[in-house]
Amino acid sequence: MDDVQAAVAGAYRAESGRILATLIRLLGDFDIAEEVLQDALATALARWPDEGLPANPAAWLTTVAKRRAIDHIRRRQAEQRRVEAIAPLLPTEDDMDLFDDTSSLTDDRLRLIFTCCHPALNLDAQVGLTLRTLCGLTTPEIARAFLLPEPTLAQRLVRAKRKIRAARIPYAVPPDHLLPERLTGVLAVVYLVFNEGYLASAGSALVRTALTAEAIRLGQLLHQLMPDEPEVLGLLALMLLHDARRAARAGPAGELIPLEEQDRALWDQAQITEGAGLVERALRVRRPGPYQLQAAIAALHCTAPSVADTDWPQIAALYAVLHQLTPTPIVALNRAIAIAMADGPLAGLALLDAPDLRAALESYHLYHATRADLLRRIGRREEAAVAYQAALALTTSEAERAFLQRRLTQLSGA
Amino acid sequence: MKYMLLIYEDEQQAAAMSDAERAEQLRSHFAFLGELTMFGKHVYSEGLEPSLASTVVRVQDSKVITTDGPFIESKEMMAGFYIIEAADLDEAIAWAAKIPDAGRAGVEVRPVYDFTAMRP
Repeated sequence: MDDVQAAVAGAYRAESGRILATLIRLLGDFDIAEEVLQDALATALARWPDEGLPANPAAWLTTVAKRRAIDHIRRRQAEQRRVEAIAPLLPTEDDMDLFDDTSSLTDDRLRLIFTCCHPALNLDAQVGLTLRTLCGLTTPEIARAFLLPEPTLAQRLVRAKRKIRAARIPYAVPPDHLLPERLTGVLAVVYLVFNEGYLASAGSALVRTALTAEAIRLGQLLHQLMPDEPEVLGLLALMLLHDARRAARAGPAGELIPLEEQDRALWDQAQITEGAGLVERALRVRRPGPYQLQAAIAALHCTAPSVADTDWPQIAALYAVLHQLTPTPIVALNRAIAIAMADGPLAGLALLDAPDLRAALESYHLYHATRADLLRRIGRREEAAVAYQAALALTTSEAERAFLQRRLTQLSGA
Repeated sequence: MKYMLLIYEDEQQAAAMSDAERAEQLRSHFAFLGELTMFGKHVYSEGLEPSLASTVVRVQDSKVITTDGPFIESKEMMAGFYIIEAADLDEAIAWAAKIPDAGRAGVEVRPVYDFTAMRP
């Protein structure tokens, strides 16, 4: 029985996204598709102990789910005929589609992800729906990951599905002229999930590995389904490169270890090589974009043997290009950090103290933490202490708090 | 499927428009209407008098109570609407984006309840 449960769970993990995506296309409804899938899983749990595990559990589930879907549609059409009381409907093209077993040109998961990430849904709904349907995370799992009460998240999903139904959000990959913008939206959701797992803005855990793994999985799926899109390559590369440093980011007590102090021996070299390779492939397409640039920067960090041997001028140059594409204060901050490394702390501080940037980042803890670090390096200890205190007042991560407090204590000690 | 495109405008801004601007606005709406009609998507549309002309009607204990002005006071008020035929939300959004006033306050795209759609 345990073997069966494990096999069902394994097949669900691996294939539920794909099966659900197809069911939604066949049935035209998220909830009914979910019911049919659950039904197929229940059937597996009931029959496999007696019949033995199928050679291909995923294929077995898909076949049973599709059959249930066809049954459902036949029943629905029969009811409509009864109600309409006109001449019985001849089988329509839609019926024929179902029986056609050749896979359509478009992977249903691509339809699903573009629907989940439709801009008419609010961002929280997009994230929740994507994790629920494509990644197969349960509602409690998603609620826990985002530190939300379960009923809140459940309600969010209900509303999103209702909106899709009532407003008739189409279950389709967007047409070519809308694709770039819509793809940006999809990538933003995936990256948001990754960052939620990677940065963990509140609470004591530094990394929520389940979310980063799901985000990478989604990135790999997108890469598989849209292999020629350079920003897809860029995002996947970026996530792999960040994730490759996971083991070195947190100390034994869960405290944050900044890049400069990380033990590079703990970095996952295979993943770095994979990520760096993807970056190169993406840049060769010659359609630069924000994710590709960020990935290129990450690749420079990850392939450098040490902090000192990092190509900081190149990184600063990449941040300058990135700033042209996405002129946000955060990008400006990161550029200042790179310039501080390339040209010295004073050069970095000059950029950071620009009034516009200061005003924009006044309530951002990393701005103050960065200034504090640069001031510390050039021996301006009192100013550094003030800046560390400002950062401490603003940070919400316990790991970061511990790190900043340590620095502050070191200042007065030295 | 039918969608209602509700056009909102800042009434102060609208009142401050010159005659030439008003004429251009009307002209652009007629052009939009023409395009909708050409594609067979137009169902019904009207412009509305400003919200100062509104009256709210309530009935309490069989008594009819009227109040001067719109239901909700806000900076943006409904100024007009188009009811269109569209296959899905993406098509409705594409049409809404063409409405001249979409570039000002905004257009709300609201599905019209479909009584003929059956759900088992």
